[in-house]
Amino acid sequence: MRRRYYGGRRRWEFVGMTRRELYGLLTGIIIFALASLLPLVNTGYGLSLGVTIAMYTVLSTSWALFSGPTHYISLATAAFFGLGMYVVGGGLEMYPFPILILIAAGVGAVLAGFIGIATLRLSGVYFVIFTLGLAELIRQLVTWGQTTLGTSSGLYVLTNIDEKMIYWQLLVLAAFVYLIGWWINRSKLGFALRIIGNDEKVAAHSGINTALVKVLLFMVSGSIAAVTGALLAPRWTYIEPTIAFSPMLSFLVVIMALIGGAHRLWGPVLGVVPFALVWDLITAKFPNQTALMLGIAFLLIVYAIPHGFIGLGEKYWAKYKVWRDRA
Amino acid sequence: MTEVTALSIQNVSKNFGGLVAVDQMTFDVMEHEVVGLIGPNGSGKTTMLNLISGFLKLSSGQVGVFGKSITGRSANRIARRGIARTFQLVRMLPSMTVRENVAAGGVFGYQRYWGVELDRRTNFVIEQVGLGGKDAMPVVALTYIDQKRVELARALISDPQLILLDEWLAGLNPKEMEIGIKLINELRFEGRTLIIVEHYMDAIRSLCDRCIVMNSGAKIAEGSPHEVLSDPEVVRAYLGDNDA
Repeated sequence: MRRRYYGGRRRWEFVGMTRRELYGLLTGIIIFALASLLPLVNTGYGLSLGVTIAMYTVLSTSWALFSGPTHYISLATAAFFGLGMYVVGGGLEMYPFPILILIAAGVGAVLAGFIGIATLRLSGVYFVIFTLGLAELIRQLVTWGQTTLGTSSGLYVLTNIDEKMIYWQLLVLAAFVYLIGWWINRSKLGFALRIIGNDEKVAAHSGINTALVKVLLFMVSGSIAAVTGALLAPRWTYIEPTIAFSPMLSFLVVIMALIGGAHRLWGPVLGVVPFALVWDLITAKFPNQTALMLGIAFLLIVYAIPHGFIGLGEKYWAKYKVWRDRA
Repeated sequence: MTEVTALSIQNVSKNFGGLVAVDQMTFDVMEHEVVGLIGPNGSGKTTMLNLISGFLKLSSGQVGVFGKSITGRSANRIARRGIARTFQLVRMLPSMTVRENVAAGGVFGYQRYWGVELDRRTNFVIEQVGLGGKDAMPVVALTYIDQKRVELARALISDPQLILLDEWLAGLNPKEMEIGIKLINELRFEGRTLIIVEHYMDAIRSLCDRCIVMNSGAKIAEGSPHEVLSDPEVVRAYLGDNDA
């Protein structure tokens, strides 16, 4: 009787690579290959939209690495993103660009580590508010630092990196994020995160150092957001705190990830693509109605698709399977 | 037979503000012993377990496992030292299957498994607690006793040195209770060291080598189940004074 469960199809997930993972990997490679062709087809509006989509894909996916399993909603993305941008803006005359990317990654990880140690004891809404406030605090500090130490309120970022390069760099970063996410999901770290997300007390009593696991993941996520900011700095020739540390960015990242589905690695991108397209349309045609769209998106997440498009798909897939097995 | 002290509790107290929930508790648990922790409602039994497992921080006193101090350690480090537990109100991991719920206990605890070994060990404890064939089910679809079995399996999987069962039998119907008692008895004959908090006296009588009785946070009696249950002070704690 028992063998039926273990033989054949139902194998324990994290031993070796299953056929499903292999298909996933191949699909991923094909999608990335197709996406990398975009700059050869269109270098104007299409590419600009592509950069935006790639950027939000990286940010939302890395946000969901931490917040998906733990359900800690972080609104600090803009803090990491802005810091990364300022690392490039401030260090461009001293160091080559690739070094600055590494510095941004380090700065993001360190900041996330500090925030993590200070805040991850907070739960639920307190954590949300703290991260939002913290992003604001960093913005104010940077503004204050620039006006007292420097002469202007912004920085010039003059490089010969064009939008095409930014796009490809973001694609590489996105591939990296997916690989990390895939590795985490099949590792003990990912298993620990899922247990923590279900019940932190059970996790602790099973021997998991919950604080360490959460801080580590938050650092990964923060570091990636900082690198994203660093890569995007050349897109604007002039950066200032209101651009780099825009709270709207943090909100958009969260909404896109949740609309797609934060509990799966490839969930957020399913939210990013449609949302970014509609968002672009609305900012172009009805610039005053963006808040309305955010509101509708929030309502949609809460009432209609609490687990995102992915959750919706999974629900109907399960229903289809029941129907198929019965037929 | 050499007597080895598995757990030693010395002058452990816990107060919440002005309320003393556990008051200067001192007792030992020997290896392979099954100890019942009993007492009326609100006497501090669950708090005592929470102090041992690190769920709560103790206010004062010493806790040691096999001669090594675990005083003031966090729950995860205590779990790694070999203390596993179940909870008074079952705590499932709702988004996971039965199998994953059980495996959760065996990756980071006292004995740590992964991959094929974890697979094998998970199969073993799932069979042991009588959940065979249900391992792919979501835990929310389980009956109450099966959820309790999942918790027991999650505690057993890391082969801990001491298991704390907090009213593991509570809420079961008479037939399930019989199954439950049989299951714990099997653990006893396996030589496991257990601390059982329970209200059901028949279970205490048939399962425990020794009983510790608590009232208002303090120990009022200790001895064999028969002894303590006929102790006048214990009877008074449960039923009140005769001439009241």
